[in-house]
Amino acid sequence: MEKKATRESYGEALVMLAEKRNDLVVLDADLAAATKTGIFKKAYPDRFFDCGIAEANMMGVAAGIATTGKLVFASTFAMFAAGRAYEIIRNSIGYPHLNVKIGATHAGISVGEDGATHQCNEDIALMRTIPGMTVINPADDVEAKAAVLAMADFEGPTYMRFGRLAAPIFNDKDTYKFELGKGVQLRDGDDITIVATGLMVAQALEAADALKAQGVNARVINIHTIKPIDKDIIIKAAKETGRIVTVEEHSIIGGLGSAVCDVVCENCPVPVTKIGVMDTFGHSGPAAALLEEFGLCADNIASTVKKVLGK
Amino acid sequence: MDATLIKQMEITATKVRMGVIEGVYNAKSGHPGGSLSIADTLTYLYFAKMNVDPSNPLMPERDRLVLSKGHTAPALYSVLAQRGFFPVEELKTLRHIGSKLQGHPVYKKVPGVDMSTGSLGQGISAACGMALSGKLSEDFYKVYAILGDGEIEEGQVWEAAMFAAHYQLDNLVAIVDNNGLQIDGRIKDVMSPYPIDEKFRAFGWHVITIDGHDFNQIEKAFNEAENVSGQPTVIIQKSIKGKGVSFMEDQVSWHGTAPNEEQYNQAMTELSAHLAELEK
Repeated sequence: MEKKATRESYGEALVMLAEKRNDLVVLDADLAAATKTGIFKKAYPDRFFDCGIAEANMMGVAAGIATTGKLVFASTFAMFAAGRAYEIIRNSIGYPHLNVKIGATHAGISVGEDGATHQCNEDIALMRTIPGMTVINPADDVEAKAAVLAMADFEGPTYMRFGRLAAPIFNDKDTYKFELGKGVQLRDGDDITIVATGLMVAQALEAADALKAQGVNARVINIHTIKPIDKDIIIKAAKETGRIVTVEEHSIIGGLGSAVCDVVCENCPVPVTKIGVMDTFGHSGPAAALLEEFGLCADNIASTVKKVLGK
Repeated sequence: MDATLIKQMEITATKVRMGVIEGVYNAKSGHPGGSLSIADTLTYLYFAKMNVDPSNPLMPERDRLVLSKGHTAPALYSVLAQRGFFPVEELKTLRHIGSKLQGHPVYKKVPGVDMSTGSLGQGISAACGMALSGKLSEDFYKVYAILGDGEIEEGQVWEAAMFAAHYQLDNLVAIVDNNGLQIDGRIKDVMSPYPIDEKFRAFGWHVITIDGHDFNQIEKAFNEAENVSGQPTVIIQKSIKGKGVSFMEDQVSWHGTAPNEEQYNQAMTELSAHLAELEK
């Protein structure tokens, strides 16, 4: 299966977007080569502004641009967007509900060799607590591009999470449609539901296929919009399959798993098992090895499912 | 500025100060000190300088003002009310449940407020964004950002200062209200930002220093800023915290305290007397 990092998809989508939106402005904080806004910078140098290594100011500048009606994307690593600039995002973007799109790349443990200081496993938790903030975590190239284009037409603050590691492209670019706030059921099944997001969706699919061969029918749901979350698809899955396993490249505290638990607890309580980063910091190493070590892989998903089902 | 206009400005500024006291007294909380120190400059900007239209507060070509020192909202609200953006009577609802006059300014909630502020150090960045956007689409509005002298202890201010100079935002004017006091004491004792002028100069800004209570100097400074090309301007105004109310002047305790009834009456008596004197 062809692979591409969603940060790459992001950079390419900005160029596609610029072709139809001449009010598009892109900001970065000295990471254009890594976040891939460099692709946009090369194509549209007049609409790209480097803010230097000053993420707090960049988010404020983005807010100011948004008040003038232009479409603005502000990019840096997830750690420095959701982490370092959290309060600016909350007060200067979230509170006035400004139309700023935050393109945060290098989210999660798959940052790899840079280690814990750069592996942001807390961004979804931080961003989803901000009132009115939309949180998107696309799973592959097709979804990432579609999400960027769709969110450009959506008015309101949006946090978009992209990864460094090349992700398998499992969506069909000719038929895929991005629907904000709608989960996507990718595999049907009645024994259990695996709810995954971002890089983990492909792993969940692989796990489901392996489980099928062992007689376990796992439903797989891709949640690309973590906020507002698709309650209906989760409640339906809870009712029909009775058990849920969530998978995310993020802390088990406050992320997709927590969001799913919020829905399930209130509407249809069933056991939920969270797979994610277990309240610990990451460390240096090749991304693939780290994902395996932290249990963010098809093998661990499949074995967790079997354990939950008592098999 | 001719004598008649100066008198008009002083009359309006006194009414603005009365609105500040009215608001803070009715709220039983708020920040009178820094509101009174910036009242003259705000009055000048909204009554003599800025292109704004109270009947169309979000007019795209308007000049913009970001009150980066958002806690002095009572002054901004009072000047906006005097300018006709909303009824002066509403100042009494400051900080009340249901009022649009929140403790700190809110964009789109209060007519005339161009950016939500309150967390110090952030407004100047938003002002940079507005100025950059204006440059980009060749809109010729001006952007004014008002900062406290304590506020510039925030690192983000200097990120923004670098940004504004780097992108040559000559449509941006920052005002530092140098009243010398912050919550914990004199700024020189708490965490000295001095020398403020040399710092901004080193960051590539055009620097003007004035007396923030002298309308002639205020006008001259903003006119000078208009003719600066290729760099942002900062006007550092020496001011008196609590200006216009004798017992509040240069007193750190009046940073964020509301007057009691007796103090309210005394403040209003002083300001009314001053107003009567001016209107003679």
